Order: sequence, then C-alpha cells, then structure tokens
Amino acid sequence: MKEIVIISGKGGTGKTSLTASFAYLGGPDIVVADCDVDAADMHLLMQPDFAHGEDFYSGELAKIHPDNCTQCGKCAEICRFDAISVIDGIHTVDPLSCEGCGYCARICPTDTIENVSLNVGKWYISSIKTGSVMVHARLGIGADNSGKLVAKVKNEAKRLAEETNKEYIIVDGSPGIGCPVVSSLSGAAFVVLVTEPSVSGLHDLKRVYELVKKFNLKAGCIINKSDINENVTKEIEAFLREENILHIVNLPYDEQFTTAMTNGQTIVESDTGGLKQMIIDSWNKIKQTIK
Amino acid sequence: MKIAIASGKGGTGKTTLSVNLSAYLAEKEEVVLSDLDVEEPNSGLFIKARVLHEEDKFKMVPEWKEDQCTLCGICQEVCNFHAVIQLGEMIMVFPELCHGCYACSELCPADTLPMVPKKMGMLKHLRNDKLSFIESRLDIGEEQAVPLIKQSHDYVDEHFRDDILRIYDSPPGTSCPVIEVTKDVDFVILVTEPTPFGLHDLKLAVETMKELKKAFGVVLNRHGIGNDGVLRYCEDEGIPVLAKIPNDRKIAELYSEGKLIYNEVPEVKRELDKIVAYLKTWQEGAQQ
Repeated sequence: MKEIVIISGKGGTGKTSLTASFAYLGGPDIVVADCDVDAADMHLLMQPDFAHGEDFYSGELAKIHPDNCTQCGKCAEICRFDAISVIDGIHTVDPLSCEGCGYCARICPTDTIENVSLNVGKWYISSIKTGSVMVHARLGIGADNSGKLVAKVKNEAKRLAEETNKEYIIVDGSPGIGCPVVSSLSGAAFVVLVTEPSVSGLHDLKRVYELVKKFNLKAGCIINKSDINENVTKEIEAFLREENILHIVNLPYDEQFTTAMTNGQTIVESDTGGLKQMIIDSWNKIKQTIK
Repeated sequence: MKIAIASGKGGTGKTTLSVNLSAYLAEKEEVVLSDLDVEEPNSGLFIKARVLHEEDKFKMVPEWKEDQCTLCGICQEVCNFHAVIQLGEMIMVFPELCHGCYACSELCPADTLPMVPKKMGMLKHLRNDKLSFIESRLDIGEEQAVPLIKQSHDYVDEHFRDDILRIYDSPPGTSCPVIEVTKDVDFVILVTEPTPFGLHDLKLAVETMKELKKAFGVVLNRHGIGNDGVLRYCEDEGIPVLAKIPNDRKIAELYSEGKLIYNEVPEVKRELDKIVAYLKTWQEGAQQ
C-alpha cells in the first residue's frame, strides 16, 4: 500500500480538482483521505454517504467553577496566553485564547479549575461514487489541533487500506506549511506538488518543497494554468530540474476545472478532450514512479 | 479601523485584494498592511517598498540542564503537548510542539528547564510613501503560526497610531491562525469565488465570523465563472456583497507577474471604490 500526498503551499492551484480526478481514475483501488480538514471540499465531488461518523476530541480548555473560586488571581498571573481576565470581579477564561496547557488547573490552590476535553470536529468514513471509500472530516469552527484531526483521518485511511488490501491511499492536503501539512506528509511514499506560474505560486512552492525535503520525501510537480505566464513556468521548470523533482505535466488554464466542479464532477468525468487525457497520463506517470 | 481580509478557501484572491486595496487607499491616506499569512506570505511580492527594519522573531522554549535534574518526571507529566519527554535518564524537548506555557519550567523543583529563546521566523517593516507594510514569515519546519501572528500584532500596535487604517492579510481556513488574525478587528472582508468549493468554504468562514460576533461582508472574485450559488446564499442570509471583481485573464496574468491590477483594469478600481464606500458608511454607522 502506497500513500500519495497532494499539496500546494498556495491555495487555489487546483489541488482538490486533481486529487479527485486521480481518485476517480484509481477507482476501487484507492482509499481517499481528505486531509484539508480546515476547508474540506472533496466530498462535493465524491458523493460520500457519510455512513460512519464520530466526534473527535483533542486538546483541552480550562474552565473555572465560580463557586469555589477565591479570585486569588494566580491563574491569570501564570497564564502566558492572556486567556484569563477578570470580568465583573470574576476570573473568566476566554476560550479563544486558552491553549489548553492545563498550567492554571495545576496551580489553582482551591482546585477549582477543570480541564474539559474539546470536541474539535467530526470525522467520517463514506462509500463514494468511485466504488471505494473516503475518510474525511470537518473541523469545528475556530478549532485548534487540526494537525491531530489530519493524523486521525490519515490513520483511519491507512487502516482501511490495509484491511481491504488497497493499492493506494491518496491524500488531499491543506495549503500552507504548518501543523496540518506536516501531519499530512508523514508516511508519504510520494508527494505531488500542484503549483501555478505566478510569483506567489513559485514562492509558495519553494517553501513547501523545503518542508518536503526535511522529511526526505520523493516529489513530483504539476504546473497548472501553465500558459498564464510562460516566463514563470520556465522558472518553475528550472527549479524542478535543480531540485530533481519529477516534472509530471504542464496543464493549460482551462475553465473545465470550474465547469466540472459546478456539476459536482471530477475533470476526468466531465471533460472529453485533451485535458482529460493529460490527467490520465499524469496519473499513470505517478503510478510508474512509485512502483 | 482594523480590517481583516480572509477566506475559507485558499487562492480566492485575499492577497490580490489586500495589496490592491492597501495601495489604492495609500494614494490618499496612511495605511498599514500586515501580511499575517505567515506560512506563505505573498503580499510582499506585490509591494515595492524600502525596508526600514528587519528582526528575527523568537518563541520561548525550555532547555534541559542535565546536571541539576533529579529525573522526577514532573515536566513530562505537566506538558499537555508531549513536547517534553523523559527517555531513560534523559529529558528530551521538542520545540516544534512546545506552546510556551512555561509549566514544565516553572514547576520543575530543581530549576532544570530554563526557558530560552528559539527563532521561529522573522518580521520585516517596509515603507513606500503613505503605505507601511509589515511582513511576518514563519521558518520552515515550525508548525505553529499563532505565536508569530501575536508578535506581529504587538509590533503593529507598538509602531503605529490607533487611528491609522490597518489591513490584515489573513491565512486561509477557519482554524486557530485565522481566529488570531480576526479576533480583534472591526470588520472582516471574506473573499470567495462563485464555485461550489467557494460557496462551501464561504459558509464555514461565515459561521466562524458569526461565532466571533464580527461584522463582515463578502467580495466575490472571478465573477462570471461557475454559478450564482454564492450570490443567492448571500442574499438569503442578508450578507452584504461589497464588490464583484470580474473574471478576466488579464487580471490573472498581471497577478502572475507580481503586479498591482487596479491601475490596469478599470473595473477593478471601480469595485475597490465600492468597497471603500461601503466601509466608510459602515464605519460612520458603527460610530453612532
């Protein structure tokens, strides 16, 4: 079982549309994991049935029980996150600032602070239209610990793939370089970087590839909308050569990406022309590379 | 006034709007643009300005001093983030996981885990006439954006008067870094595109802003592609649509070169004027 992780650094490069297309091409052979838990969109293209869902608890939040509180102020004094303030004479926790370190509860002289577990979202296992399964999640509003939820989604996908002898897991990662991205990279056999030829696309590609290098992972790159700026496309190609990143394909700027999405379809279902063939070739190239 | 420019989905045009709106407003008044998408800061690629100041940014993490340690295990026990682990006769600290709560350090009976600064990123302060630009950039491998965002806020608070307009370019999504950017602003502009992904992620962003009790409005980017789902949703929910930036290959090309677009594409300037007018009316209403 091999895990393919698709990331982009920059958002909006076409990452999810391409991941969904590969998932469609892989059909029953492939378990899909939507690890962009912060803005999960794969389900809009995969027709999941949400057959199994579970709440996800991670991290804690301090809660002061006002009855036993002597308002001594020690908690507010040691809190490094300015999460405890005095409102109308009562020490109160601001849930948006509390990081759940639990320090206040440990030093409270009257034991009046409790750490409550936080429900940070929900994760699902669904049957999808490709004849396979997808693990996906929804992070609660403003929740912390998206990295942990990503790890949960990935581990469930791995378990399912092993139990059912699937050949691949395909992971849709999130933008950026922070904790959810780090979490989605662990255990990857191959990383597909989706970029676009803009100054931002190149800048973000370089940063996210630095991260990929730290984990010693093999990577390939898809340059989407490559005809928008041929000079930057050339710069990206030079960067790929320099870093020994497999150049998978250059895709044209094509409104099929939007049309397919608007119809709730992957590009390979919706397109009948050259774009579809280029994506099929790319998928075959990725499979060849990780064989 | 403090305005955050945010979005659920990435790549909808937050940075495009942030830099164009800031530069446009700075033709007439003082503006501070702070790029708080510290994982992938892009605004700087579009702003031509002189660097006034650069500094490294640090977070405080514990460092183990072997000689005084009694291996009592308290540090490991009090760390909720598994950033301090006792392995045999060694204490290992994982700085990327540390939130800097000081619990291990201050509760250590032998004072053997002093807090020391560790570099997590850097901040740059630039200026071009009336436009001040602050860029914060997280080091690769650092997982937590929030501490750097907090320090950027502090920097802006220390260096600029309250009455100067501040525009914050936010990271995408709805999780902790976005909350840190938006929780103290007056108004949030949510940028989206008229597609099913755009609509789905906009709904998440709207829920987040309602939870935070923020005033907000929507700017629709790439108007003309996709469908009318976003506009219908905004109408049904009574969410103001401040502007509709047209889908135009020329805009994508200018963006790809790192250029500002409002002087090249008249419709964009017209839409920026609508945003400015809306914010002005909103601010007058909010002050009453």
